[in-house]
This record gives sequence, structure tokens and C-alpha cells, in this order.
Amino acid sequence: MSTETAINIDREKGNFSYDTQYEYDAGIGLNEGVVNYIADVKSEPDWVRKFRLKALKVFWSKPMPTHWATKDLENIHFDKFRYYLSKGQQPSRSWDDVPADVKETFERLGIPEQERAFLAGVEAQFDSEAAYSNMKEELSKEGVIFVGSTEGLKEHPEIFRKYFGKVIPIGDNKFSALNSAVFSGGSFIYVPPGVKVKQPLQAYFRINAENFAQFERTLIIADEGAEVTYMEGCTAPKFETTTLHSAVVELVALKGAKIQYITVQNWSANVFNLVTKRGLAGEDSEIKWIDCNIGSRLTMKYPGVILKGRRARGEVISIALAGDGQHQDTGAKMIHAADETTSNIIAKSISVGQGRSTYRGQVYIPKHLKGCRNNTECDALLINSNSRTDTYPAITVRGNNNSVQHEASVSKVSAEQIFYLMQRGLSEGEAMSLTVNGFINDLVKQFPMEYSVELKRLIDLEMEGSVG
Amino acid sequence: MNALEIKNLHVTIDGQQILKDLSLTLPKGEVHAIMGPNGSGKSTLAKALVGHEDYIVDSGTATMDGKDIFDMEVNERSREGLFLAFQYPAEIPGVTIANFIRAALNARQPKGEDVDAVAYYKDLYSEMERLDIDRKFTSRSVNEGFSGGEKKRCEILQMSMLKPDYCILDETDSGLDIDALKIVADGVNHMRGKDRGILIITHYQRLLNYIVPDRVHIMWDGRIVKSGDKSLAFEVEERGYDWVKQEQTASV
Ligand SMILES: Nc1ncnc2c1ncn2[C@@H]1O[C@H](COP(=O)(O)OP(=O)(O)OP(=O)(O)O)[C@@H](O)[C@H]1O
Ligand SMILES: [Mg+2]
Repeated sequence: MSTETAINIDREKGNFSYDTQYEYDAGIGLNEGVVNYIADVKSEPDWVRKFRLKALKVFWSKPMPTHWATKDLENIHFDKFRYYLSKGQQPSRSWDDVPADVKETFERLGIPEQERAFLAGVEAQFDSEAAYSNMKEELSKEGVIFVGSTEGLKEHPEIFRKYFGKVIPIGDNKFSALNSAVFSGGSFIYVPPGVKVKQPLQAYFRINAENFAQFERTLIIADEGAEVTYMEGCTAPKFETTTLHSAVVELVALKGAKIQYITVQNWSANVFNLVTKRGLAGEDSEIKWIDCNIGSRLTMKYPGVILKGRRARGEVISIALAGDGQHQDTGAKMIHAADETTSNIIAKSISVGQGRSTYRGQVYIPKHLKGCRNNTECDALLINSNSRTDTYPAITVRGNNNSVQHEASVSKVSAEQIFYLMQRGLSEGEAMSLTVNGFINDLVKQFPMEYSVELKRLIDLEMEGSVG
Repeated sequence: MNALEIKNLHVTIDGQQILKDLSLTLPKGEVHAIMGPNGSGKSTLAKALVGHEDYIVDSGTATMDGKDIFDMEVNERSREGLFLAFQYPAEIPGVTIANFIRAALNARQPKGEDVDAVAYYKDLYSEMERLDIDRKFTSRSVNEGFSGGEKKRCEILQMSMLKPDYCILDETDSGLDIDALKIVADGVNHMRGKDRGILIITHYQRLLNYIVPDRVHIMWDGRIVKSGDKSLAFEVEERGYDWVKQEQTASV
């Protein structure tokens, strides 16, 4: 089996950066000037500028959510980040036209290779803007749109404006407000009625510059009966100073549509990763989030689905690995808003060393609904006694005609298991890696092959690194 | 010398001395059996040899073909050819037998190289057939929900796939029904050969009818107190350990 076609985003492979010359730089710190600068550079329509400025006010007005979340959030210094950096060029359709240093970055990460191997389209973002964006020609002929957010809001306002900021309003939380004020990059995807995109579309988000904060914004709309799979990968070099990645992702599945959104994220340990992701599911539609969080200093992410249409289905499959000094605060939200809607949450977390993982779930089924079902399963695996795990399931189900099922477990990798595996010749790291892979095995089976291979490789690296 | 050689071994667990000046030589090409009452230290010997961290070696040596094994990590000992079929093997949820054995074989390859998948499955299936293990087991999690006998058979499967130089079988016969006992014995006999030494820990002479040992050792209170040929096993069966004990005390 070859791992060559997998996305190569392992820790060491991602740990490099280029001394890049940026044409546009909004400077350090955050104020109205920065927001206007971004709107100017992008020559955005006036409604977007207004949206941004309004969002900035909301951001300032909201407190940090430290009353329920970790105090580590207080270590984010918004005045120390750089909010916009770009070379000022349009995304190229051909890798040959991508600036040499940027191209080399993505080549080292293996992106062009994967595109040839198994993808229908790729967008590669370098700091604030996409450097490359391309999709197979057949798909554009069928009317599929896959562009960056700026191009989306300018070229396709009739679809873009209808849904932008509707699934996740500005004031949803402090970080969605921040993203709304300074967003740049991310994807806009529209799949017309009945079109089924067979191969995945992929976006790759790369932070290159120190102190740079990345705020991509993604909006995916699958029209009636359409189907699409989107995958995102992310890396950043290891810098001494902290970095912020704060994306907003909105999905809209119209009647009978299917959206699958896959994340395999491998941030370096200096990244605060605070992401808001939510989908709106229409009648008979299906939204599935597959979310793998490895790395980062702190990740807070709870992908959600609002089940708005009858018989809509929502699913979150979440794998979080908290290595030494990391905190994965992840989970899922399922808001049932129509009869016979079903949701399924399976969350597995692994804590290693001083690593800490938290599961937060929210399932809401109001009283007036009938025939709704939720299944929630959260399992935690602890590797060595310092590890910590917390579970906050928060399931609210009213009415007699709805059902929920909730299971949670915490298990430990025992010294006897590791010893047994080592007696068969595995190193300690290999032994831990094998047990971790066993723990998430049933979930990984659902991934596209390339991603399961990649995930396994990331876990191998993480486990090898965790053994002294 | 081509042997597993243990000399004057002293081992403590939790501050309590369990092995007291134990010496034993298992030459390549031979099958030896160790018998002894409960608590005499048989499993302790096995665990100390493979390097379990709870078993502290206070003094004594153990070499494998002249190489000091106490100098090696647990996994190094394995890769150098030392195998223990556990009395109570651990369960590894979610890890299939097939992936587990493959990972163990890959650990023996040069870095970055893996065993050929097609050849591997061919081998695995033929060994499973010999041990009468259903193919469905390849996709079951290691030891999870296995019956006692299935666990033991799975240990022998691992042994026959890894082809170690020295094998220690800790009560592999306990919990086996008579048919399974014959199958496991066949599996072990199949592995007998001039390039391999096998040490069988057992309570029952019955197993030794199927796997005829070259030597039998009696262990008592942390040391080997009597060694002989296969007839010693019959004698113990007939006269019990008390007889060995009395002989011991008499000789002191
Ligand atoms: N972890 C431990 N802590 C303290 N004492 C232990 C520990 N493990 C074993 N022992 C003691 O060491 C002695 C030898 O145990 P061992 O398991 O080696 O015996 P055995 O000969 O294999 O017995 P059996 O025939 O019952 O399997 C026993 O008295 C046992 O209680
Ligand atoms: Mg024992």
C-alpha cells in the first residue's frame, strides 16, 4: 500500500516557512483601519464593508467565553497579530503561474500530487489569499462553482448573499464575529440541482508568516438532490509566538442534498484554533462532518447541524488527539427543528501525557416535534495517568415521541497492553500508536482511503514523539 | 553457545524475592518442560526473561546465543528471537489479529520497509488452518471476547508467524479441551527443530504425551530443584511435589 498519494501534512513536513515578500500587509493589531484596509485591497462591494464593520463592533462588545471555556483564551493577544497578508495576485489556475516560494511550499506539502491522484478540485491558501484554485473542467460545465470567498461574493452575489452569515450569524460567538470582520480566503462552492460531484474538492490552508492570524470563510451550498464532499487540510510552521486560526464554515443542504465535510487538521503547537462550523439541513437532506483534530495549542470546535427540514439527517464524527501541552475542546451540536429528523454524534478523544480533551455536546429536540432521534456516543482513551478528559453532553429532549441514546466511556491504555505489544517486537511508540488506531478504527473505516492512511501516519508520528 | 542460558538468577517483585539462584540452560534444538507447584515462580521466570518492568533482576545473567538479554529493551529481546506465549494475554480493543501480527512482522523489517501484504496473508491463512482457527478471527480484535482456549491458540498462531528462536509457553495447555490440546501440540511440534529452543511451563503430564520433552525440570520455591528426562514428569504426576520437597529437605 502506498502512502504517496495521501496528503502529506505531518508535523515535520509542515515545519518550514519562506521569507516571503508581501505586497499587502494590514500591519499589526486590530482596528477599523485594518477592516477598511482589507475591504479596500479586495475592492469589495459596500455591503461587505458594512458587514465587516458591524461585525468588528460585535466582536469588541462580546466577552471572552472564559466563564465556560478555558482561561487559556486570555493568552490570545489580539493586538499582536497580523490580520491580512497577501502578495496581491489572483489565484492561478495553473501551478506554473504560482509564485516560486508559494508553489514550493505546496509541493513540499504534496498538494499538486494529490490533485492529480484523486481530487476534483483544489484551492490552496497561503496566509490570507488563495494562491491556486482549480477545478476539473467537466464540473464547471455542469455549473459547479468552486472559487474563493472574495470571488464568490463578487461574481455570484445572488447565491452568496442569500446564505452568507445566515447559518452562523455575526454574533453567534466572539470568534464568529471576529471572522466576520476580517475574513479572507476560504471557499465558495455551489453545486446545482441533481449534480453529484464524485471526487472530493479540497482546500488547503497554510499559515506561512509569524504572528499571522488566518480567518478563512467557507460557504458551501448543495442545491436540491446535489452531492458534494469537501476536505480541508491545514498546517503552520512551529513559531515561538502564538498564532490564531479562526474560520467560519457554513453549509447549506437543500432538499435531498448531501454534504460531507472532512477535516484533517495538524496545526503546530503554537496555534489557537477556534473555529465555528454549522450546517443547515433541508428536507430529506444529509450533512455529515468528519472532524479530525490533531495538534494546535487549543482547539475549540463544535460542528453542528440545524435539522430544519423533515427527515433531515445530521452526523458528526469527531476524533481528537491531545498531545502533551495541548487541549482539544471539541464536540457537536444538533438542533432538531422538524419532525422525523435524526442525528448521530460519535466523538472519540485520545489524551496523551499532559494532554487534555474535552467533549461538549448540545442536542436539542423541542416538545412539539415527533419522531426525532439522536444517538450520542463519546469515548475517551487515556494514555498515562496525567491525561485528563471531561464530558459535557447537554442533551435536552422534550416530548414523548422523540428518543435519545447516550453512551460514554473512558478507558486507559494499560501497561500490560503496551508490554504485550512490545513483547511482540513493537517499540513503545508503535505500541501506543497501534492501540490508538485500534480505538478509532471503527470511525476511520468511514473515511476515504487516502485520508485514513494519512490519519494513521499522523498518529504514528504523534505517538513516536510522545515517547521520551 | 547456542542456547538460552540462565545463571544464578535472583528476581524480586514488590520487594519480595521470588527467584532464588535459578540456573537453567535450554540449548537450541531442544524442548524442555518446567513443572512446579502454584506460586513456585514459573511465570516470574518467564516475565523476568522477557523484561516486564515489575520484575526486578537483582543478580544473575541470561544470555541468548551468548548475547546478554538483560541489556536489551523488551522489544529488542523479541526481535532478537525471544517469544513468550502468555498465561494471561492482554486484550487490545479495535486492533485486529491480522493487523497486530503484521505490525509485529513489520517491526522486524528494516526501517521504512513493510512485509508484502499478499505473501503475508497467504502465510497467515495457512498457519491458521494448521491451528484450526476460523478465518473470521483475522478481523477480530486481539483477544477481546476470546474464550480461554481461543486465546491460547492465538498465542501459538503468533509464535508460528514470528518464528522466534526461543519460545516460552506459560501454561498454554490450561483451559484447552482435548481436541484443542492436540491441535496446539501439533502446532508446537511443527515448530520443533534444530534452530529453535522451546520451554514449556505446565502443570500436567498430559501435554507432555503430545509434546515429548528432551528434559523436565522441577521448580520449587524459586529455583530448579530437580532435572531429568521425560520420566520425571510421570514421577511427579504419581508422587506429587511433596516427594520432591522431601527429597530436597533430606539432601540439605
Ligand atoms: N505483582 C506481584 N506482586 C507481589 N507478588 C507477586 C506478584 N506477582 C507474583 N507474585 C508472587 O510471586 C510468586 C510466584 O508467582 P508466579 O506467578 O511466578 O508463580 P507460578 O509458578 O507461575 O504459579 P502458577 O502455577 O499458579 O501459575 C507468588 O507467590 C506470587 O504471589
Ligand atoms: Mg504461572
